[in-house]
Formats: sequence, C-alpha cells, structure tokens
Amino acid sequence: MDYYLNLINTIGIHTLLGLSAYVLLLTGQLSMAQAGFFAVGAYSASVLTVIFGWSILPAIGLAMLITGFLAFLVGFPALRVRGLMLVVATLAFGEFVRLFFHNFRWRVTQDGVEVGPDGTMGFSEIRYFAEHGWTSWEVASLIWIFVIIVMALIWWADQTRSGAVLRAVGEDELAAGTVGIDVTVVKVAAMTAGGVIAGLAGSLYAHQITMLDHHAFTVLLATFAIAYPILGGVSNVFGTLVAVIFIQGLLVEGLRFLGDWRMLLFGALIVVVMNLKPRGLFDSQTLRWIKNVLRLRLSRRLS
Amino acid sequence: MLEVKSLSKNFGGVKAVRELDLAVNAGDIFGVIGPNGSGKSTLVNLISGVFPATAGEILFQGQSLSSLSPHARVKAGVARTFQNIRLFPGLTVWQNLWVARNSAEDTRAEGISYRWFRKSGPVKNEIDAMLEFSGLADKGDELASSLAFGEQRRLELARAAATKPRLLLLDEPAAGMNHDEIRDLDKRIRQLRQQGMTIILIEHVMDLVMGITDRIAVLNFGSKIAEGEPAAIQENKSVQEAYLGQSDGD
Repeated sequence: MDYYLNLINTIGIHTLLGLSAYVLLLTGQLSMAQAGFFAVGAYSASVLTVIFGWSILPAIGLAMLITGFLAFLVGFPALRVRGLMLVVATLAFGEFVRLFFHNFRWRVTQDGVEVGPDGTMGFSEIRYFAEHGWTSWEVASLIWIFVIIVMALIWWADQTRSGAVLRAVGEDELAAGTVGIDVTVVKVAAMTAGGVIAGLAGSLYAHQITMLDHHAFTVLLATFAIAYPILGGVSNVFGTLVAVIFIQGLLVEGLRFLGDWRMLLFGALIVVVMNLKPRGLFDSQTLRWIKNVLRLRLSRRLS
Repeated sequence: MLEVKSLSKNFGGVKAVRELDLAVNAGDIFGVIGPNGSGKSTLVNLISGVFPATAGEILFQGQSLSSLSPHARVKAGVARTFQNIRLFPGLTVWQNLWVARNSAEDTRAEGISYRWFRKSGPVKNEIDAMLEFSGLADKGDELASSLAFGEQRRLELARAAATKPRLLLLDEPAAGMNHDEIRDLDKRIRQLRQQGMTIILIEHVMDLVMGITDRIAVLNFGSKIAEGEPAAIQENKSVQEAYLGQSDGD
C-alpha cells in the first residue's frame, strides 16, 4: 500500500512541478530553472521546520515566498534572452542552485542531536510528519489538496483576461507589445508564479521524502519539469496531470523491469510527440474532439 | 497631432529613413506612399516603437515618444497594424480583441466579475460591437488561425482599434485584397476616422490612397520627396519619376 501512496505522492508533487513550468510555457519561456526553484523550496521549508521548529503550513508559505522572490530576480535577466539561450541561462541557474546546496552546511544541535543540511552528506531527518504523528494518508491528502488548489487557480486564471494576456505574450511578443501589453511585467510575473509553485512542490517533496540530496535536483528533474507540459500540451492544465501519470506512473514505475532502458523510451516518447503533436497530446484540436465525444454520449443517454 | 522631426534610422550602413520631417493634423487620414524599400514600414516601426530611431524626434500631442516602449506608446494613444498580419493565432477571435482592451480605464472596469466568463457588462457589449464592425460577429469563438486571410486582416484592424487609439498606423492594410475587400476597407477606415481617430495610411493601392486621404507624403530612399493633397501629388513630376523612372519625353 505504501508503495502506491508514494507513487501517488510523487505524481502529485511532479504535477505541481510540471504546472510551474506550464505557467512559464504559456508566455513562451522554456525554463530549465524549475528544478532549482524546487530545490530552494525544499531546503528552505525544511530548514524552517527542522532548525526553527516552525509548523508545516507557515514553513511552506514562507518557502513559497522565498522561491517566488528568487524567481522574480531571475525573471529580469531572463528577459534579455529567449529560446535556446533562455534554456542555457536557466540551466546554468539550476546547476548553480544545486551546487550551492551541495556545499550548504548549517548544523545545529537540538536535544543532543545534530540536525540540518550537511553539505555533500545531504539534509536528512526532516521528520516533521513523523514527529507530529501524520499518517501517510494525511500526507497524501495534504499534497493533493495543494495540487487541486493550484490546478483550480491556473484553470480559473485561464478563463480570465489575465490568462489570455499570458497566452498572447507566448503567441507573439512583438504583437503583444503593440496592443499595449507590458511584456516585461507579464514575463516576470509568470516567472514569479512559476517559482512560487515550484517552491511549493519542493517543500512538499522534502517533507514527504524526509531527506534531501543535491543529486535529486539535476538536469533530469528540470527536464521532467518541462517535459510534462510539453507532452501534455499547454491548452489545458489537465494535460500536465495526464502527462505526469503517464511518465511517472507508466514509464518510470510501470516499466521498472526494463531498468535504465526505460529512460531511452522517455526520450523517444518526447521525440515522437514533438513530431506527431507539436502542440502537445492535448492540443485544442484533441480537446474539441473529446468534448464532442462526451457531448454525443451524453445526448445519446438522454434521448 | 503627430510631429516627426528630422527622424533618421540606419541599419548598419543602410539609411532606411533620413532626416524625415512630417506633421499630421488631428482628424486627418494621412497617406504615406513610395516605392518598395523607401522606408514606409520603417517609419511605422519607429513611430510605434518596435525599434528605436538613430536620430530625430517623434512628438505625439506635444509629448516625445522616444523614451517610451511599444506598450507605453499604445497607452499614450498610438496603435498600429502589421504589413504581414500578426494576430495571436492560438487565441480565439474574442480573446484577440479582449487582450487589446487594456487602457487604464479598461483594466479598472474589468473587475473580477467581468473577468469571469465575460457573460455580461460593458466589456462584452464593446467587444461585440467590435466583432460587428469587423464582420466577424458569428466567429467570436473561433481560433484566429482558422480565419480566412481577409478576415484576419479585419480582425487585426479591429484589434488595433480596440486599444482605443487617437492615432492609428495602418501598414499596407489592403495588401493581398481584392477589389470588394478594398472597398470594404475604405468604408471601415472612414468609420474609424468618424470615431475620432487620426489615421496614417501606408499603402501601395493607389485607388484607396487617392480616394480616402486628406494629405499624402511621398517617400523615396528614406527621404520625403513630396507632400500635399492627393490631386497635387498625382501631378507631381518627381513623384512620377520615383515610381516610373525618368521620362524620356513621351
């Protein structure tokens, strides 16, 4: 049972990570920095609960603020580059963050035991849930409540004018500027929102997994983060969720018997999808088709 | 309304616009014509802020535009269309107009209640009026990319008008249009002028330019070679030479 709960938690956390890249992708920014923001969220929330003894929710809240602020700062230099150059720049940032935590040591003694991040050795004993008697079901619920809240917020934002503005910038920056949209504000806002969501994902991840290691925040995680919305398409938030279930549930877990060969499938899958469905599995065409099928079924049942 | 003072733009060694002076009166439809490569589109890009001028000044209602970014110029009241249409192809027709309504009053008016599903209120009425204006009333929910060429041109014109500009720059709006569509366009431009917009029309289709404009400036190699009323421009010797080459006396 715990195996499946862990898988469900991983899917939830990766959905949040994917959504953080989704928001950026709406404005046309392909960011490899999401793993970095994820790490910052993970470490800062854990430091708050372990060293400062904060309760989990305020710790997550402050971790989100910290990550958001960092993303806001990254947003400005990121404006100067686009396309491949943005990928390279954000990749560099992600590695910078990872190597920072690789060397980050902050040990304090609590009740005769040393706790805190320990450089290369990682940050272990993030025992908030265990200490406060949370069952694994409660942890999973917490994670999925956040997933549902974030998905609902993004879905809602997409119905508003602000959502249309984000997409307009992603479609054509120059045209967006000439209809009066402040492209700088929109792109930095998207970067900040993406940072906040990645920070949330990271802080949940840290407390669920109970130990952090810089190896968890490599380019592979950053690639996953952008693979989800690319695979799922940016027409709809549910595309990202489906992509996470597909990759984490089916490819990574379901095909575990293939060993490392399954990562090859992962790469091949992205190539295939990019060729067959350049706008993602759930592009507006597919969505329209699904809607029509549902409507047909419904009307048949009613008549 | 608009004053352009000794405006220049160099692209490397190419002088696309040189020492250009223009003055456009409020309420006019002002034509800018000239052979290909004479700097007409560059002029639009300079006024709308797509790229900065090398030298010179652009004054709009007495205020210098030079330091303003493109979106700030829209807020100041200058909007434009593109020679090669630039819609937001993945947004619906409705959304294309929606995002263009973003003056200070608009954003204040669009509280949460109007953002939600746009079912009612002044926003809906205004955008519906825009759709009516561009003859796209029944296509509001279609993606901009699914529109026919002529419809895309109409939508782009409506989108520029949706920013409620006082000065509207039209960069070859009739390119690729047939005779009927051009007559339609003529009607729409006049409608926009009636709503109080000043219009700068850059165009190769002479029937349209000569029939609709109050004044015309002729550019050649980045400089102004003539300016005046349409009838006078048609008679102008140097204009004829720029378009047709030197006459051999026949």
